[in-house]
Amino acid sequence: MNSAVVVFPGSNCDRDLAVALQLVTGRKPHMVWHRETELPDGIDVVGIPGGFSYGDYLRSGAMAARSPVMRAVSEAARRGVPVLGICNGFQVLTEAGLLPGALMRNSGLSFVCRPVQLSVENSRTLFTSGYRQGEEITIPVAHHDGNYQADAETLARLEGDGHVTFRYAGEVNGSAHSIAGIVNASGNVLGMMPHPERAVEQAHGSADGRRLFEGLLATVTA
Amino acid sequence: MKARVFVTLKAGVLDPQGKAIHHALEGLGFGGVNDVRAGKLIELDLAEGTRGDEIEDMCRKLLANTVIENFRIEQLG
Repeated sequence: MNSAVVVFPGSNCDRDLAVALQLVTGRKPHMVWHRETELPDGIDVVGIPGGFSYGDYLRSGAMAARSPVMRAVSEAARRGVPVLGICNGFQVLTEAGLLPGALMRNSGLSFVCRPVQLSVENSRTLFTSGYRQGEEITIPVAHHDGNYQADAETLARLEGDGHVTFRYAGEVNGSAHSIAGIVNASGNVLGMMPHPERAVEQAHGSADGRRLFEGLLATVTA
Repeated sequence: MKARVFVTLKAGVLDPQGKAIHHALEGLGFGGVNDVRAGKLIELDLAEGTRGDEIEDMCRKLLANTVIENFRIEQLG
């Protein structure tokens, strides 16, 4: 499985994501700078990492979503290439219109940085096949703007179509329906606030994030 | 020519920053504040003859996130 990790000015989880992908796939990901207008040939998975792209100016993810590389990412997403956005990557994907809704300031106003319990709400997606339906997993969050909001109609559609992939088991940031992660209608774009790349070996305190990458590898190479 | 763009959260969208400002005002002893909503003001210095619909396009494509925000344009001269 060949992967690419997009790097914006201000990304800071790009290396962690690359390490996790390399650990699971055995191949070094291509690091793609935000000014690039094309992704390398033969990319099977695109990762949009966490961080503070463009210093969170205007709105988190807003500037990155309009950068040249995102046109290539949108094009790849349309072709069905799996795109995984983590934390700031999730914010970028909503701002780019690849996922519905928006991520607002945490309802408690504080930056939240701790391991959280998540329930796996749909284990039948490209990204979640490594988990059991309804399983509780532990993955860290680290964000200020993780409060997922969408209009009632969008929320009903996400729930009805099984597009909510992860839900917080407890209160974290005020997200509607405690949503921690969603997929798009075609199921090949996932956005999530928790950081699976920070939970890929026991020394991290949890290796539950590793199974996301393993599940993705299994579906992509099947 | 100049234009001002006011970006505000849609009605019904929770505004944690507005809430915090509200609490701080109350903490300073200002009674009688019913609600606070925080927004953004963006000032644009534009080439003469920039059309209103172009400014609107700027708002839709970047300046506001219409999922959660409204915008209002004020053209000055």
